[in-house]
Amino acid sequence: MPAGIAMIDWFISAAHAAAAAEGGHHGGDFNPMHQFVINRYFPLYLFGYDASFTNSALWMVMATTLVTALLLYSMRGAAAVPGRLQSISEITYEFVANMVRQNAGDAGMKYFPVIFTLFMFVLSMNLLGMIPLPGLGAFTVTSHIIVTFALAAFVFIGVTLIGIFKHGFGFLKLFVPSGVPVWLLPLITVIEIISYFTRPISLSVRLFANMMAGHTMLAVFGSFVVGLGILGGWVPFIFMVLLMGLEVLIAFLQAYVFAVLSCIYLNDALHASEH
Amino acid sequence: MDPAAAKLIGAGLACSALIGAGVGIGSIFGNFLQGALRNPTAAPGQFPNLLLGFALAEATGLFGLVIALILLFVF
Repeated sequence: MPAGIAMIDWFISAAHAAAAAEGGHHGGDFNPMHQFVINRYFPLYLFGYDASFTNSALWMVMATTLVTALLLYSMRGAAAVPGRLQSISEITYEFVANMVRQNAGDAGMKYFPVIFTLFMFVLSMNLLGMIPLPGLGAFTVTSHIIVTFALAAFVFIGVTLIGIFKHGFGFLKLFVPSGVPVWLLPLITVIEIISYFTRPISLSVRLFANMMAGHTMLAVFGSFVVGLGILGGWVPFIFMVLLMGLEVLIAFLQAYVFAVLSCIYLNDALHASEH
Repeated sequence: MDPAAAKLIGAGLACSALIGAGVGIGSIFGNFLQGALRNPTAAPGQFPNLLLGFALAEATGLFGLVIALILLFVF
């Protein structure tokens, strides 16, 4: 994705320019892209690659630690009648388990751990990005296309491998739907193949675009609140509160959609020969 | 035409993807309400599908936004 990388490069350079401008004349220029800057905390270069520990990595570590701690702590003395914390883990487990069972069938339950991990990882990163922390600011890991593309590519490659191992050459039946008139088949097959290979792109761009657009919009509305001051700022502030609610909904929804689509792709691979 | 102006016009045109997203989101919620009012007992079961459809329709508008950003900052 050279375009995506170039765009991220632009974000970084624009954000640095904005930061420099802010230092020059007090808060004159406002850049809603400033929140997407990647800072290197521990610079580290391995074999010519930049493997620094960045703020993106720090938020990922925080997200995984939080989810793991929540799940382990709430289930430490698993009771038959769950308490509040235990209910949280059980409800999320049931929610994802139902999703996998409905969309990928009982055969898909074998891959439940992957889907659960994906869902919790994306959800926790989306939600953590809504909370500004002192000293760190707010940073949404999933608002960078390289992160979502890596996740989507992982899903795509994994699902394709599962399909090939399970069906062998029969997996190619996925591209030739049954019940289509013969004269349409050449066209449909080409369309099916193209749509199959654009899956990782659409899966990653959907999550990235939602997160980036949402947070840019929040920053722009936040600048209205600050810009209008204590007298006029209340009107955009009310909108800001509503938008914040919408963003929390979107953060959950996009994690849900990511997991559901992964389940649907998995279902296609598991039942390729019955397509 | 000045390439910079063409870029801006192109980015503006790319935002017309939002027309489709608006129509799509409106039709999803409208049709869901129609169905839900006719058969309220079946409505909660279709709520996940409603959200899925909403997210899919909304994403098409955001793809337009991504194209606008690419036009503005990559070329």
